[in-house]
Amino acid sequence: MSARDEILARVRSALGPPATRAGHAEPAPADPAPVPPPTGEALVELFVERVADYRAEVVRCAPDRVADAVRDGLGASASVLVPEGFPASMLGMPEGCLSVSDEALSASDLDRIDAVVTTASVGIATTGTIVLDHGAGQGRRALSLVPDRHVCVVRTDQVVAGVTAAVALLGVADPTRPLTWISGPSATSDIELDRVEGVHGPRTLVVVVVG
Amino acid sequence: MSATFVGMPPFPEAAHAALADTQLRTNLRHATHTIRDKRARVVEEVEDWEALRVKGARIKDDMLARLDTHLVTLEESLTARGATVHWARDAAEACAIVAEIVKAHHVDEVVKVKSMATQEIELNEALAAHGIAAWETDLAELIVQLGDDLPSHILVPAIHRNRAEIREIFRTRMAAAGRPAPDDLTDDPAALAGAARLHLREKFLRARVAISGANFAIAETGTLVVVESEGNGRMCLTLPEVLISVVGIEKVLPRFADLDTFLQLLPRSSTGERMNPYTSMWSGVTPGDGPQEVHVVLLDNGRTTVLADEVGRQALRCIRCSACLNVCPVYERTGGHAYGSVYPGPIGAILNPLMRGVGHDKQIDSLPYASSLCGRCLEVCPVMIDIPEILVHLRAKVVDAHRDGAPGAQDLAMRATSFLFSDPSRMSLAVKAAGVANRVMTPFGKRTLPGGRRALGRLPGPGAGWSDARDLPMPPRTSFRAWWKATDGGRNEPPVVGPRHTGGAG
Ligand code: SF4
Repeated sequence: MSARDEILARVRSALGPPATRAGHAEPAPADPAPVPPPTGEALVELFVERVADYRAEVVRCAPDRVADAVRDGLGASASVLVPEGFPASMLGMPEGCLSVSDEALSASDLDRIDAVVTTASVGIATTGTIVLDHGAGQGRRALSLVPDRHVCVVRTDQVVAGVTAAVALLGVADPTRPLTWISGPSATSDIELDRVEGVHGPRTLVVVVVG
Repeated sequence: MSATFVGMPPFPEAAHAALADTQLRTNLRHATHTIRDKRARVVEEVEDWEALRVKGARIKDDMLARLDTHLVTLEESLTARGATVHWARDAAEACAIVAEIVKAHHVDEVVKVKSMATQEIELNEALAAHGIAAWETDLAELIVQLGDDLPSHILVPAIHRNRAEIREIFRTRMAAAGRPAPDDLTDDPAALAGAARLHLREKFLRARVAISGANFAIAETGTLVVVESEGNGRMCLTLPEVLISVVGIEKVLPRFADLDTFLQLLPRSSTGERMNPYTSMWSGVTPGDGPQEVHVVLLDNGRTTVLADEVGRQALRCIRCSACLNVCPVYERTGGHAYGSVYPGPIGAILNPLMRGVGHDKQIDSLPYASSLCGRCLEVCPVMIDIPEILVHLRAKVVDAHRDGAPGAQDLAMRATSFLFSDPSRMSLAVKAAGVANRVMTPFGKRTLPGGRRALGRLPGPGAGWSDARDLPMPPRTSFRAWWKATDGGRNEPPVVGPRHTGGAG
């Protein structure tokens, strides 16, 4: 018997015939249709506060000031990755900073670039999380991972209250896309239990909240 | 019954080692309390925490009741998304599958995200036998590997090591393993983390094959989920060409929507955070993004035996958060090794006997007695596993298994626990002494690391699926095992603890 068949047979013998099985007769009822909560001011404020809690930098700006905020967020970066689909109107470049597009760059190529700018798909207020689905404006996963500085632009109308709403939205969109949930910069407490921000991911995370 | 019963070594020896342990104990207590408090705070923030727990338990129960269907669905979804699905009845089969894939790519090293499943099957050792180095990539593991740590550093290497020592290890040892530490390295934790970043980055950039586990596997979409802190997981899941994930069959969740519940329960219960820094989700192969060859090894290794036990089945709900360890008074005093497996603490006390069966190994048979049944584990468990109920159930099974033999394990265990718990001060004295005895007498689980260096197997908490496991309070030395040793005078050395025990299910 193949391993597959044997494991499935073991499961079936452990559980008995479907009709007699414990648990609930029907699968758990579907969640109520997702109702994205209003993006009230309080919600956005909570998002900003919670993102900042992780020691990420958070900047709020008006829609016509995004490019400025992005430029500031890039700091002294000498080169920045700009994923395909990142809106040109949002791209503010520091003096002398080289803009790089992703043309089949290797991981080592990416490692030589200082920063990356991306948009995001969802912001989660209660947990201070941004979710990337790596679509237009966000780039493949490696782009927002290897450079040491990540400037991420989130619109206030993308901010939802909690994990429930976020999972619902992502599920409706396309849950089979690669998804990266980011809650602050990477962190470790391995040295004397001191929290250190930034191990392998971008050590600086700047979240620009627009609107 | 006398003091020798608990394996007490000559008193001066005990006193000496207990003193030496003061710093460690202080650190551990600090860690335990920090994380308990953090958990309590973030759990309190959630209005309907109890409802969430009920929902989590129900989703898992429903899933388990139809595990066969969900596994087939998962296989279909993964295959449709370009992944190759393998099935492994036991550890040996899983290791052989992984080794074969790695060898087909003609590489002699892989990068790894720490995972309980791969530790359970002792994959690193199996790969080493094939000449393949498996580089663990989280910071604590790096410190241990480079530092050639001694037995006293097995559980919480980075907690034992102060920053000056870590600096010294990095300065003297990094060069031999890869990129050297910078010349001007200071002992500032951020600088040390920075050195680790550079050292490991070299490995990430050149690795062609990565190995991971998964916290969840979504049947309807073929999505695997890895929850972590440091970003080494993202590196492994994203940069190499080939990704192999070893996933216990109980990790399946029917629907993507189920993540809603578990992504709230897990981070808050585990590291006491509202959300962990990074969560990665991927569904098979995404053209142009990440590994283009994706393998998923579905692992039984005793899980179907647990499933067949109607009382014990609920243990398969476990999401390896470690909350039960952090609150367990026995675990705090005896240490993780006592449980003889990568799964320590209350969950280990039920999972090991459930997976491996009772009646053939004294240490396993003793585990159901490693509890005062105080119930704190049930209180904090995010999926409401009734650990005390299962412990009682398993005690009965142990007794049954020994019915017709000479006095079995359970007699000793019973006598021991009743003695220990009859007097709290006696218990604390006993565990101290036993911890010392153990350390003095028996080094644990020596293993050979990839690259040939000798090191010690570390047995981290269930939260080790995340790289933040070292956040978790790991208690000192075992004493349970030493205590066995002492109670069992005439026998030979007990087997090396760790999942290399033979026998058992799977
Ligand atoms: S049994 Fe322990 S590790 Fe498993 S989910 Fe419950 S509290 Fe967490």
